[in-house]
Amino acid sequence: MADDEIILSELDDEELVLQMHDDLYDGLKEEIEEGVRILLDRGWTPYDVLTKALVAGMTIVGADFRDGILFVPEVLLAANAMKAGMAILKPLLAETGAPKVGKMVIGTVKGDIHDIGKNLVGMMMEGAGFEVVDIGINNPVEKYLEALEREQADILGMSALLTTTMPYMKVVIDTLKEKGMRDDYIVLVGGAPLNEEFGKAIGADAYCRDAAVAVQTAKDFIARKHNAMA
Amino acid sequence: MIPADRELTEAGLAPEGRGRILLIACGALAREILDLKAANSWTHLDLTCLPAKLHLYPEKITEAVTEAVTRHRDDYDGIFVVYADCGTGGLLEARCRDLGVEMVAGPHCYSFFEGNATFAARDEFTAFYLTDFLVRQFDAFVWKPMGLDRHPELRDMYFGNYEKLVYQAQTDDPALDAKARDCAARLGLAYERRLTGYGDLATALSAL
Repeated sequence: MADDEIILSELDDEELVLQMHDDLYDGLKEEIEEGVRILLDRGWTPYDVLTKALVAGMTIVGADFRDGILFVPEVLLAANAMKAGMAILKPLLAETGAPKVGKMVIGTVKGDIHDIGKNLVGMMMEGAGFEVVDIGINNPVEKYLEALEREQADILGMSALLTTTMPYMKVVIDTLKEKGMRDDYIVLVGGAPLNEEFGKAIGADAYCRDAAVAVQTAKDFIARKHNAMA
Repeated sequence: MIPADRELTEAGLAPEGRGRILLIACGALAREILDLKAANSWTHLDLTCLPAKLHLYPEKITEAVTEAVTRHRDDYDGIFVVYADCGTGGLLEARCRDLGVEMVAGPHCYSFFEGNATFAARDEFTAFYLTDFLVRQFDAFVWKPMGLDRHPELRDMYFGNYEKLVYQAQTDDPALDAKARDCAARLGLAYERRLTGYGDLATALSAL
């Protein structure tokens, strides 16, 4: 064993959480799993482990990705590590009744098979307390509508990577309008070739340039919805 | 003389200063355009290329093209932009309209090499495309930027939803065919080769 090797179980809580942020940044899946188990053994609630160790760490990753310090491969490794930690926490979160902020149906549009961005958004939304129903890739309008109604969702998230497929988002939104369902959902759109103007032009509630923005935007809209209902 | 791929990737290509119309193109298209120019004696066309690595950063293409148009427009009778939409989400087309310059039609080079109508009709969204340039530069444009040289375990996160790699061959080159086949194997995809030639690129340039 190298002298400088860090033994996670020997760190106090504060040091361990900071170390987990570093390990998440470095995409160290096994270390994250170990850290999660240690915190749970020390009596941390699953919700605190999720928010203080995983989500806070992934927020740093997201900020450095936005600022051009980290690139997609590093973000994917970090996401894999976070996913492994969440796999331990998810059943426990369900048992302990962690707060649910809202429910989102998310999917990539018809003719598009790209799901990296969508998966990142879904994971960060789950981390922020949203229930996420991921309907996968290549979704025709019918599948979106069916999932929204079945799940009684608050939010629809649509993703596209291609210039040729992003106009399909308007087909979905127009169909929601035709059926008188548009105002029932917060519609968020994202994907590399999209921009804010496009989001406005197709009638989405917001364009989200990355997962962190998606989470914040979703929280803001849900808060406004609750305020309007109060 | 045909510039080296590395130079086209990093620096692009400066214009020669001869010809009435300047083509502002992606570095990944330099060889093809120079070949067409030579074959058709299009002496009225001059060529400058932006670095091909912009392919990896589509959000930078619109501003880079704008800067090139602004820099060169007083030196030529006309400018033609040899980019398709290339992941700019319509922003490049809108900017070209504002600048009063024409550009190649289509979503990307994979489409115009095959012919925009044919490509759209195929609707094969589970295909990953390579051109001659991208086969030659596979490591620089695919393998390394995606981190697969350091983290091969990420391959299926990127390519798990794809079914095949289609090599759109601009030239009939057995060595590139073999390399493209190897690229497909490295990505875990089936392989198909299509000899497209220059497709709509030739049509668009011949109209200038």
